Amino acid sequence: MTADVAKIGLLVFVAAVLQVAVFADVTVLGGEPDILLVTLVAIALRRGPIVGAFAGFFAGLLLDVSLLDTLGLTSLVLILVGYWTGRFGETAAEGRRWAPYAAVAAATFLYLAATLVVHFLIAAPAPARAVLLETMFQVIVLNLLLAWPVYGLVRRLLPGRDPVTLSGGAGVVG
Amino acid sequence: MVIGLSVVSLVLLSVYFRESSGGGLHRLQSTGASVLYPFQVAADRVAQPFEDAAGWVGDVFGAKSENERLRAEVERLRQQVVQNQTAVRQNVELRRLLRYRDGPAFPRDYVGVAARIIGRTPGQFEQQVVVAAGSDTGVALNDPVVTGDGLAGKVTRVSRRSSRVTLLTDETSAVSALDLKTNAAGIVRHGVSSGTSLVFDRVTKADVVRPGDVVITAGWRSGRLASIYPRGIPIGAVTYVGQLDTDIYKQIEVDPFVDFSSLDSVIVLVEKPAGKAPPRVPRKGRR
Repeated sequence: MTADVAKIGLLVFVAAVLQVAVFADVTVLGGEPDILLVTLVAIALRRGPIVGAFAGFFAGLLLDVSLLDTLGLTSLVLILVGYWTGRFGETAAEGRRWAPYAAVAAATFLYLAATLVVHFLIAAPAPARAVLLETMFQVIVLNLLLAWPVYGLVRRLLPGRDPVTLSGGAGVVG
Repeated sequence: MVIGLSVVSLVLLSVYFRESSGGGLHRLQSTGASVLYPFQVAADRVAQPFEDAAGWVGDVFGAKSENERLRAEVERLRQQVVQNQTAVRQNVELRRLLRYRDGPAFPRDYVGVAARIIGRTPGQFEQQVVVAAGSDTGVALNDPVVTGDGLAGKVTRVSRRSSRVTLLTDETSAVSALDLKTNAAGIVRHGVSSGTSLVFDRVTKADVVRPGDVVITAGWRSGRLASIYPRGIPIGAVTYVGQLDTDIYKQIEVDPFVDFSSLDSVIVLVEKPAGKAPPRVPRKGRR
């Protein structure tokens, strides 16, 4: 349990630093990959909704602190994403090899849409057209490209319960 | 449990909004940012050669063919070239900033704090960056931020060792500006599209503005009120001028001089305190 918490904390910390300092510089056709979100999705799929929500809270807090953003803003959104992904992993995703990809695509949409809503509520910039129509597709594709290596790494680091089979496994459909 | 976490987030959000910039949560965030600062800088440094290598590898694959001996030599030299390119690029960028800081165009009442960019917010929502200079080096809220090419934005949050800069291309940015040739006055703000183009707004139809004209900061002063931007910082060049019968203002598009897509370093303009020694400012790049 303690080892799990330490591994998850380290994963989230490294992903947050990489996101802020490295991946935010990578822009492909207007979209930016989000390694922190993909890592959170992988953790939530492996360990369920409660751990997913906690990891989301921690990830959001790290992001808000390092970017000097409004504290609690990103946490609120990532709690939702972590919890939803965990529930998805426990129910619909069980045994399905495409589940990480579906989860990453859906979580990206959920994250962007929820961030837009929260930004709108606190009167921060909420460019819905730019986010939903101009860049969302690119962000989803870039995050899907990250899904395979990141989920593979997280599965190695967090072994045991395996609700999702990524590839080559004998996943039970049903 | 999840509801509890959400409530904690909401409480953080509410308290953060209500308290002043010197409040408990802001101080906590500043300390947290200082703790994370070395990790951000380290990650940025580690990633830099890889970014340059990506560009370099692209060039290598574009070449026709190489024999085996040259391939071995290229392999050996690759790492060296990447390191050299990284150093040269940083050197050119910092020299350009220093030339601007020591040149006649630099505003007299300010000292420049050169700072590397160590973080970016998600570009879909905001056009903001985090720079490696904070209140320790005299940076304060609303300090103008420039590059050797022109105005880049202003400081909107400050912690001890880092600051958040809202770029000119952000939805919330607006700068009072002048046409350098004709003195036509207006406000430069972000364009309608999500790109980096700007608009020169509130210019009346009676004023004259032509494509190619340079737009600079107005730097106005009215009694005790004054613009946060000093006069004369270049913003961009006019690319389009139009007007409609139904509109009282001209429609003017401006191409900014600063390349916001490849911003690596900036200069924060710190106002010299009247009658006091200037703040401690390093003479070299912050990193």
